[in-house]
Amino acid sequence: MTTAVAPTGTVRGDKRAERSAKKRKGIRSPYPTWFYIPAAVLFLVFFAVPTFASFYFSLTRWTLFTTQFIGFDNFVQFFQDPALSQAFVNTFIYGFVTSAAKVVLGLALALLLTSPILGRGYLRAVVFFPVLVSTIGVGLTFKALLDPFHGPVNAVLGFLHLPQPGWYTDPNLALLTIAGVDIWKGVGIATLIFMAGIVAIPSEYFEAARVDGAHAWAVFRNITLPLVRPAMGTVIILSLIGGLRSFDLIWAMTNGGPGFSSDVIASVIYKEYQAGFFGLSTAGNVILFVVVTAVMWPVSWFLNRREAEL
Amino acid sequence: MNSSPTRKVVIATAALAALALPLAACSGGSGSSSSGGKVQISYLTQNDAANSAQGKALIQAFEKKYPNITVKMDTQPGGTQGDNLMKTKLSTGSMDDVFHYNSGSLFQALNPKTTMADLSNEAWVKDLDKNFTSVVSVDGKVYGAPVGTSFAGAILYNKKIYDKLGLKVPTTWDEFISNSEKIKASDPNVAPILQSYADTWTSQLLVLGDFANINAQDPKWADNYTNNKGDAKYVNEPAFAGFEHTAEIKSKGLVNKDFASMTNAQAMDALAKGTGAQYPMLSASIATVEQNEPDAVNDIGVFAIPSANASDTSLTIWEPNGIYVSAKTSGDKLDAAKKFVAFVNSPEGCDVQNKTGAAAGPYSISTCKLPSDVPALIGDIQKYIADGKASPALEFLSPIKGPNLETILVAVGSGITPAKDGAAQYDADVKKQAQQLGIKGW
Repeated sequence: MTTAVAPTGTVRGDKRAERSAKKRKGIRSPYPTWFYIPAAVLFLVFFAVPTFASFYFSLTRWTLFTTQFIGFDNFVQFFQDPALSQAFVNTFIYGFVTSAAKVVLGLALALLLTSPILGRGYLRAVVFFPVLVSTIGVGLTFKALLDPFHGPVNAVLGFLHLPQPGWYTDPNLALLTIAGVDIWKGVGIATLIFMAGIVAIPSEYFEAARVDGAHAWAVFRNITLPLVRPAMGTVIILSLIGGLRSFDLIWAMTNGGPGFSSDVIASVIYKEYQAGFFGLSTAGNVILFVVVTAVMWPVSWFLNRREAEL
Repeated sequence: MNSSPTRKVVIATAALAALALPLAACSGGSGSSSSGGKVQISYLTQNDAANSAQGKALIQAFEKKYPNITVKMDTQPGGTQGDNLMKTKLSTGSMDDVFHYNSGSLFQALNPKTTMADLSNEAWVKDLDKNFTSVVSVDGKVYGAPVGTSFAGAILYNKKIYDKLGLKVPTTWDEFISNSEKIKASDPNVAPILQSYADTWTSQLLVLGDFANINAQDPKWADNYTNNKGDAKYVNEPAFAGFEHTAEIKSKGLVNKDFASMTNAQAMDALAKGTGAQYPMLSASIATVEQNEPDAVNDIGVFAIPSANASDTSLTIWEPNGIYVSAKTSGDKLDAAKKFVAFVNSPEGCDVQNKTGAAAGPYSISTCKLPSDVPALIGDIQKYIADGKASPALEFLSPIKGPNLETILVAVGSGITPAKDGAAQYDADVKKQAQQLGIKGW
């Protein structure tokens, strides 16, 4: 054990020494400093300034006409919102359900679409197609399809004598229905990333496994799954961030309803904007920013650490 | 792909042009003014069928009378989304010259003193009904003229069903429930009470339309409510009745099955066709019936939302919407805009309004008279007013209206939230609104 640990230790030590050496010399860059100025100006004007402005406005009562500094009152008030506790829970349910489903389904579809099957190019296009369609359009389409009384989906279920759920009008089902639509729409991206990951695995590994007489499951477990892990990290991070701050699909399908049952943080914030509470909703955005960061930082650290150890 | 320098330049130029186009379009807004002695102004109204049809007809008649002025019509969504657009357009100075919007508390939220032109000295101001003047004024200055008629928030009902079952117009809530139960027993295919939560705003009628009853029991309620005094809260009676009623009709199974996915227009159609018997709604929705089932207009009557005691039962009245002139409009355009506002309330303008916007109650300006063939429900409304059994809606007496009322009431009316919890949530919502508005005492 000790012998196994020692070399890694030295490797890490070397790296650290290298890094501090670099620091001493100053950061050497292939570009002259003036080369960064245009990008820095863009960054400042479009990202840094609005970010700090929103931190400021979150501390004011802002009607678009006038602002009044009120300290942390907005944050206090935001947390007293009757819809907020449920919105918090819903945000996490939505984020984790969509993210998990995209990982599992995306990997399965990627395995299918990288194997030599008939019409592979066409099928790849079909899986990716929903990604290209407008989210609002998808939301309205599914709203019509899943209409509990006049929609074709329940008409078919009724014809088969199956129960006809109120897909987005039943408070217990609404959030999961939207999550389902989100998965359908977003799984194409996950599939694409997984496909890139699978294709990048050197074919020698698979050949060697085949020579050793490994079954399909053994190949998947011992070669594909470990080597596709960087791709999996990317999919998890992207879909989790997307899920935690998702809004457009939820708004198009239910406006957060019925009641508050499919509200997420982003839709609560939007409602505050609609009500004209601009300072309050900016405070909500700052909170959303903090929440997403607080969730994503450990997740991304964890995923990247696993990657480094491989 | 080989990309030569020229090709890169071409692509870059095209990309820049594509980026610049929308920007150029934005700044074009109100810039295009007089061309060849003609003045062009713009008029903003809501994009629903009834409002845009009315806007078009008014513009057509106006341009005929004033050939030197052209009016361009713009539309935008109504509801809370529209409220937001209004505020954005006014605060960024990109508002149309003339615009159509609510009166009362929503009008106050637009900061009229800085965003709108003062119309106090216009000739038509003296003809306004006093109640209307108060809901478009700030500090004694008048900023708006009425469009359309006032309307009631009450229960619309199908008279044929009432006649067939020999039912009487209820004056107490218990009578209303027993009527509904009789309707339910007589025909399972007729919904006794329609609810249409696909348009969430429609969930509020049993609460907002109950205000006249609250006012009858406690005339100081609105004042106390605004100033956070006493027990003028929705968790307490008499105001709690509205929440209770919303929950009760659902728990007693008196509501249509597809209440969660029905729209306002579908509910009005169901009422006109007799597949629904009663619908807590604004009488202004009769416009939908006039468009879709004109023959059924006179089958629909209206009665006030019944209170617990018959002596308190009164009708809640909404003032008409207003049209306003943006403060940014000046010179020739301001004159033209003022002419347009005056025209809407001139005898010719009233004529157009009578033909296009379905009248749903009395006008609020003496120059406009109802036509002889008004929908029958206006007679019902006028009777309450003549008997002194009517009161303006709460939004005309208090600037506070919590933004989440419709969502909370959908939850209460769907049986997700108990009435008491819903009322408590709404009181918290009201508190937030009052604090945001900076009202003293909260």
